[in-house]
Amino acid sequence: MVAEPVLIAEKIGKYFYDPVKFKVLNDISITVNRGEFVTLIGKSGCGKSTLLYILSTMDTSYEGKLSIESNIITGQNKDDLAVLRNGKIGFVFQFHYLLPEFSCLKNVMIPALKLGKLSREEIESRAYEKLTILGLKDQALKLSSKLSGGQQQRVAIARALINDPLIIMGDEPTGNLDSKNSEIVFDTFQQLSHELKQSIIVVTHDNDFAKKSDRVIEMLDGAIIKK
Amino acid sequence: MITNNNSMSAKYNHHIDSEISFTYIVNQKKLTLVAALGVTIGIAVYIFMSSMTAGFSRSTDASIFKTTPHIRIYKDDEISRSLITNDPNDKKLALIINPKVIPQSDRIVNPDEIVMLLKQQQNVTVVSPQVTVNVFYNNGQSLITGIASGVNIEDADKMFNIQSTMVEGNMSDLNNVPNGILLGAGIAAKMSVKPGDHITLTSSRNVVKVMKVTGLFQTKNSGIDKTKSYVNISAAQQLLNEGPAYVSDINLDVTNFNNAPLYASKFSALTGYKAEDWQSANQTLVAGSAMREIVITGISFSILLVAGFGIYNILNMTISQKINDIAILKAMGFQGKDVIRIFVLQAFIIGLIGLCAGCMLSWLFVWELSKTYVGGDIGYFPIRFEPAVYVKSILLGVTITLLAGFIPAINAANVDPVTIFRK
Repeated sequence: MVAEPVLIAEKIGKYFYDPVKFKVLNDISITVNRGEFVTLIGKSGCGKSTLLYILSTMDTSYEGKLSIESNIITGQNKDDLAVLRNGKIGFVFQFHYLLPEFSCLKNVMIPALKLGKLSREEIESRAYEKLTILGLKDQALKLSSKLSGGQQQRVAIARALINDPLIIMGDEPTGNLDSKNSEIVFDTFQQLSHELKQSIIVVTHDNDFAKKSDRVIEMLDGAIIKK
Repeated sequence: MITNNNSMSAKYNHHIDSEISFTYIVNQKKLTLVAALGVTIGIAVYIFMSSMTAGFSRSTDASIFKTTPHIRIYKDDEISRSLITNDPNDKKLALIINPKVIPQSDRIVNPDEIVMLLKQQQNVTVVSPQVTVNVFYNNGQSLITGIASGVNIEDADKMFNIQSTMVEGNMSDLNNVPNGILLGAGIAAKMSVKPGDHITLTSSRNVVKVMKVTGLFQTKNSGIDKTKSYVNISAAQQLLNEGPAYVSDINLDVTNFNNAPLYASKFSALTGYKAEDWQSANQTLVAGSAMREIVITGISFSILLVAGFGIYNILNMTISQKINDIAILKAMGFQGKDVIRIFVLQAFIIGLIGLCAGCMLSWLFVWELSKTYVGGDIGYFPIRFEPAVYVKSILLGVTITLLAGFIPAINAANVDPVTIFRK
């Protein structure tokens, strides 16, 4: 099967201006193919999270060119980028960022309700489906704040999957989890990339987690040292 | 498989923004109620004060119109001008005299024709020719100076609502009794006369006339009750030694008294006489009324503004509590305008609760105060339910609420999710 690139970053450069002008990312170019599970590793401050936020389209002040599915993303306005993220990108962070006043089910449903492609009933059954995959069917109607940390993180993953995104991005998604929950998260990601052909980009400190992925990109001082 | 179509056109609108907004409100009942209470008090005070202002100005107008017509037409005194020309080439002899009032009669020439002409004008409701005489009322030893108005009593009643002020006797008897007189209650009390008695009037032209009291009126304005009387226009003409063509004033009522100055200048041009509107005749009262309105409006508006700040504060608080929610919503594809909608809707609902409660509260205030007796010629407190005030206040309340919600909401919309996630 021919590799089909879904995300191409060309010569990405980024500066921090506070306290002094400092180049965090130095002409980084990477390509992520469809169904590829990529991990970004490196020491703290090497710029891997910064790179991830640029790839996620949330950070728009950078040099270089970014394209997703051969559409050029660089220079698009924030509202268009928000629409793009809604349909094509799913996020999982170190912290779950669930809305504490909503049930787990509603939390999972929110991105799909925003997208508005399906009816409410269809969205609800899909949300149940995703929660079932992650072993949380029984917790669906509980308030998200009532769940344990590991469960909350899995709800956050279900939420990232609800719109069947092209790319799932994770910033230390297992950072706060014990080894058992980390394993569940890893297995879920691997399943998504290999069976559903969704691309996954994960920033992690966990070298064991990284080793098991398809490709490890190691960064040092704003540059890629190993692809 | 992932569907790869680029057309992301939404088929459904699930109103998720409103859903989030409502959830925030329900989960912050206490904060919502505190903010709504602020609006309630603000709007209640604003409506109450505005109703009071409206009531005051209505009562002031009413008391003015008990004795003042909307427009009075009369012959003004003319000052003589010096016969000087400023033209140096003019060879005429310059005659310099001291300016003084030209000795002319103060009568209106051919009043019947002018009355007919005015009656034909649009917007004129009542035309009442009048002869005003300065008189002494005399009964035995007691002597009072005052003013007798010679009128057609039906026309004057339409204008000044005399019938409603009658306390004894009958107003329309003035038509049947040729030398009848309607006396102010204050004069009658001092003279100790009652309907059926006779009193003597002595005019400024030294005409003495015995009149029969046919009725007493009481406006509850003691200045008027102690000096004013109504007589037939012919009797007044006799008191002034004048014939039936003599008329000193023509009083007019128009459809909308607020436009009186406009009509006055028109009628002045039409008749060639001075036409004075009620505002210029009562400048002090009108100015006092305007001042009162400014003060009350200022105070009540400030209170409403404070309520607006209440909403602003609570929304700011909510936003800083929900900063993580905002960040993740933006990451998941909510646009700035969605975030604004969430928080403006929240402010709007708080405002709406406050507005409804405020309207009811102010209605209660107005109702309670309208039953309070204050006495004098005012009677009950001049306040009532004013629909226009309510409409105006609700519009203002909604505007302030939306503004108070909009400013923090813009800040929320500008939250950069990356800075939140990187903390």
